[in-house]
Amino acid sequence: MSDLCKMTVSEALEGLSKKDFSAVELTKAHVSACENARELGAFITESFDLALQQAVASDARRASGNALPLDGIPVAIKDMFCTKGVRTTAGSRMLENFVPQYESTVSANMFANGVVMLGKANQDEFAMGSTNLTSAFGPAINPWKRADGKPLVPGGSSGGSAAAVAANIAMAATGTDTGGSIRQPAAYCGITGIKPTYGRCSRWGIIAFASSLDQAGIFTRNTLDAALMLKSMAGFDPKDSTSANLAVPDFAAATKRGVKGLRIGIPKEYRVSGMDGDVLSMWEKGAELLKAQGAEIVEVSLPYTEAALATYYIIAPAECSSNLARYDGVRYGLRVAEAGDDLDDLYEKSRGAGFGEEVRRRILVGTYVLSAGYYDAYYLKAQKVRALIARDFSRAFEKCDVLLAPTAPTPAFALDESPDDPVTMYLNDVFTIPASLAGLPGMSVPAGLSASGLPLGLQVIGKPFDEETVFAASAALELAAGFPGRK
Amino acid sequence: MAIYEGRTGDWGIVVGLEVHAQITSASKLFSGSSAAFGAEANTQVSMVDSAMPGMLPVCNAYCIEQALRTGLALGAQINLRSVFARKNYFYADLPQGYQISQYDQPIVGEGAIEVDLPDGSTKTIRIERLHVEQDAGKSLHDQHPTKTYIDLNRSGVALMEIVSKPDIRSPEEAAAYVKKLRTILRYVGTCDGNMEEGSMRCDINVSVRRPDAEFGTRCEIKNVNSVRHVFQVIEFEARRQIALIEDGGEVVQETRLWDTKKGETRAMRSKENAHDYRYFPDPDLPPLMLSEGFVENIRKSLPELPDAKKQRFMADYGLSAYDATILISEQARADFYEELAKGRDFKLCANWFITELLGALNKSGKDIGDSPISADQLGDLVDLMSNDTISGRIAKDVFALMLETGKTAGVIVEEKGLRQVTDTGALEAVIDEVMAQQADKVAEYRSGKDKLFGFFVGQVMKASGGKANPGMLNDLLKKKLAP
Repeated sequence: MSDLCKMTVSEALEGLSKKDFSAVELTKAHVSACENARELGAFITESFDLALQQAVASDARRASGNALPLDGIPVAIKDMFCTKGVRTTAGSRMLENFVPQYESTVSANMFANGVVMLGKANQDEFAMGSTNLTSAFGPAINPWKRADGKPLVPGGSSGGSAAAVAANIAMAATGTDTGGSIRQPAAYCGITGIKPTYGRCSRWGIIAFASSLDQAGIFTRNTLDAALMLKSMAGFDPKDSTSANLAVPDFAAATKRGVKGLRIGIPKEYRVSGMDGDVLSMWEKGAELLKAQGAEIVEVSLPYTEAALATYYIIAPAECSSNLARYDGVRYGLRVAEAGDDLDDLYEKSRGAGFGEEVRRRILVGTYVLSAGYYDAYYLKAQKVRALIARDFSRAFEKCDVLLAPTAPTPAFALDESPDDPVTMYLNDVFTIPASLAGLPGMSVPAGLSASGLPLGLQVIGKPFDEETVFAASAALELAAGFPGRK
Repeated sequence: MAIYEGRTGDWGIVVGLEVHAQITSASKLFSGSSAAFGAEANTQVSMVDSAMPGMLPVCNAYCIEQALRTGLALGAQINLRSVFARKNYFYADLPQGYQISQYDQPIVGEGAIEVDLPDGSTKTIRIERLHVEQDAGKSLHDQHPTKTYIDLNRSGVALMEIVSKPDIRSPEEAAAYVKKLRTILRYVGTCDGNMEEGSMRCDINVSVRRPDAEFGTRCEIKNVNSVRHVFQVIEFEARRQIALIEDGGEVVQETRLWDTKKGETRAMRSKENAHDYRYFPDPDLPPLMLSEGFVENIRKSLPELPDAKKQRFMADYGLSAYDATILISEQARADFYEELAKGRDFKLCANWFITELLGALNKSGKDIGDSPISADQLGDLVDLMSNDTISGRIAKDVFALMLETGKTAGVIVEEKGLRQVTDTGALEAVIDEVMAQQADKVAEYRSGKDKLFGFFVGQVMKASGGKANPGMLNDLLKKKLAP
């Protein structure tokens, strides 16, 4: 693999600016790396021709002195983001042949900053999953290897994005996070991943899973890169009524702040039973490292943590059951029908063939919890608990500036070790879901290796729209942990 | 209150209406597409309207203003916080698989309107709520033998659903309610009220009961699109339910359709009827928050409303409630009348406007907006009567010629020589001539047969070609006939 692929975004920008190499050279190196790593299944659709065109244009801009902030940086875009003229599937058979006529706001913002798109990253179907195993286009594989050599899941739902960045075949990759879909795969793949505050990035043009939870974010190989990338993605968008009309701060500057005097909250309810011993000790070590840099460690309580998983698995399916109703075989997407079929046959056959098992399960759960007679007991109660969970966080933030927690209860597991029981599977999200329900920014930073030699991530959770403090603490953790990276 | 005589005694009806009114707005409720009527199929459809993946609704502030304006015109409570909810169901012309509507937190709460009944009385009908929602597209079942075509031009068009309390007790009241609602909406410019184009349609809830008993079980008849049909639906449905009960049956709460060809209602298939809409707040749209100041500004911008105008017309112009109701039923009529009446005889103007002009327009299926005669032109005609240039009778002929030729009253009077005879000498000559011809009748009159006076008036008027000034004629004739 070319050394051009091992650089960080900030290093590549420096090299491009000093004319050490061109955007075309950088892109070609990544295209070749992608071609050599197809066994990872990181992409659903490659867009190498487009990438080279973009790289040529990037070099022209740079030559004329009009270089953009991220000019020439090759990235992967999760297949949840609609990309104009480039097939966008959401990992589903339903959208296997769907080519959007529009560009999502986030990817448009990134292109306006000069990035080059290598392709559309693999993911769990409609972002429902924690392993990338629900993708209709086959699994993505974690580039990390365990001693037994079994292929490992990259996590999910943004598994392809995480695998691509970890495997050095993309310098950064977008993700979407509804209940942990950026943070958990970042932890499994030993890279950095941030889900900003709900409302920080526009959802316009991102295929909806659960509208009140979905938020775009980014995978990179360090916190500074994440800061640079997020800056280019974020911002108010009048086309998304839930987008926040706030200026985007200088995240990169925040990574240099340090943690001196910062109060780091340790939520005691996150010491759940069944937590991997390595994960627990990594968490304690992380707190020690921050303390050594001048942070104050305080224990805080988030009493409703236990209810978060159940709450999430009512609200997210409820919204998904409605959001996915548009995939009906009528206007676009998969249509399965035979002569003589009526409208209901068309719906049943198209949706039955187009959606995989996990998506069908969540649509059914969501339909059930919204039904007459069950709405109050499930959906309405879940909304009330959601408010209590958010209140837990705001009370905790009276005592601390950020929270530190593990990202996932275990390191990555093998494809064939994935639990058959969906409820056990959902436990993977236990540390990421509460912040999602509260709409808070969360960032996973690789902090060390498990006994089995696999990466473990720690999660920094911040106050609403205070990504800057999240970046400050994450960067300090990153520096102190000295994560070895993949051999 | 209408009484229906059944086999087993008298019955009364209880009716509530849900009126769907298309909001007058250039663009749709949640997208920038045009909301104009009559465009070629699927030419006014944005990515949002066709529910492409990742598309998001953005609320059209003008549509919200329009709903507020309507709520204020209905004297209703305005909810400063309201919530858009999704009403979930599958249908081929519903691209999102849900309709964005408002459910338990509508923008407008309770209000009331006064409806004008045919006997000249009024009745208060209370409003339960008004909410804003998007329309679905249109399924075209008659374009192909086996396929249904879909037109999404209407998909996403803004509607107001105005729900009445079950205060209506007769088909007349229901018709009057729809008419009054339409008048108010047209006054404030929030709906054109055009039922033929589907700008207004209603769902009608009907139940029957023994007079003053508890409400019976109701049926809902969907999508009724004219005032005449509203009347017919209620009549039919009342009689159907009464017959059903009197035959020992029971009314089942259900949704029915109006078959305009057969003139009857029929139950929808149970499948069409079995919706569980799974309403929940739309997570793509934050709650709609309005400030007091915003609402006040709209309140201040409201025009004079029909009821206030009616009271003013009665007080200021001395008109009857009946005439005033006709004049205020359309803003354009009221404006026309006020322009006409300025500086003229109010009642004469009202009579001419209502009986002659509206009468003539009505005959050709038109209303005041299509009038070929302007207020000024009609005013000129009224002036010619008031200053005795022509008589009221001649004025009718002039008016007919104005309609026919488009010429002004003054031109017609001059061209046709219709100017009233006010020259005493000329008039006396005509009277003398008539008296000479009718010498025996003159004798009869003089011998005490006073009733013959009218005969002489007629004869003289005829002889003058209708141009004799009636007052002068009377005076002169009396003097001449005096024994």
